[in-house]
Amino acid sequence: MANQNDMRTPLSRVRGLGSAREGTEHFWRQRLTAIANIPLLGFFIFVVVKLNGAGHAELVAYLSQPWVAIIMLIVLGSGIYHMKLGMQVIIEDYVHGGSGKLLLIANTFFAIALATACGFAILKLGFGG
Amino acid sequence: MSDSPTATGAAKTRPLSPHLSIYKPIPTMVMSILHRITGAALYFGTILVAWWLIAAASGPQAYATVEWFFSSILGRLILFGYTWALMHHMLGGLKHLVQDTGSGLEKQFTTRMAKLHPVASTLLTILIWIVGYAVR
Repeated sequence: MANQNDMRTPLSRVRGLGSAREGTEHFWRQRLTAIANIPLLGFFIFVVVKLNGAGHAELVAYLSQPWVAIIMLIVLGSGIYHMKLGMQVIIEDYVHGGSGKLLLIANTFFAIALATACGFAILKLGFGG
Repeated sequence: MSDSPTATGAAKTRPLSPHLSIYKPIPTMVMSILHRITGAALYFGTILVAWWLIAAASGPQAYATVEWFFSSILGRLILFGYTWALMHHMLGGLKHLVQDTGSGLEKQFTTRMAKLHPVASTLLTILIWIVGYAVR
């Protein structure tokens, strides 16, 4: 069973959250959003290909259909979350110390700002531009 | 533990972590780093998606500026690169999802897949652009 020098409690071992207190959550969410992104980004490409060269009026008319706006919100939500998790790993791998911490904070801020901006724009377009 | 970190000379004999500049590039390794590079490119490319959506939500004038940029030569080049990065990262992600299950890890197989990978990304990208031009 457990090593004699293991100072963790049995409960801690069962939870398996480790020193970062989040266990495999980051790994799992990266995979979860990756799986979601395959059909979602497929839809995004479909929309961009369909609307390439279309004027503003046609674009607004298309994006104001509820089902399009709903899927677009999920596309951007899943995509930006996946992107935030990925950049976090890159920063953790290459940048250490205080500047790494600052970049991790900037990464979170950037992802939230981008998600809010895209979300608001899609909602405005969804409600008719 | 025979090689404690404090032992004299131990640090010198320890293996180095993989540095890109030290290892001879092999297909699987190049595709691995390309997965990260395309991921980072897509990260910043999302700003373009946000610009497109915000401009569309702002009105016809703002949208005209975005349309002008994306239909320019530079804009098209960036979008073509963005499409390629997306396709490459998606195929790499699919590979990772399969490998997470423990399958497809044989040496010859991974090398063959790594060689096919950029070909598939390029073909998919060209296909998307052909459809894009065909529908307009």
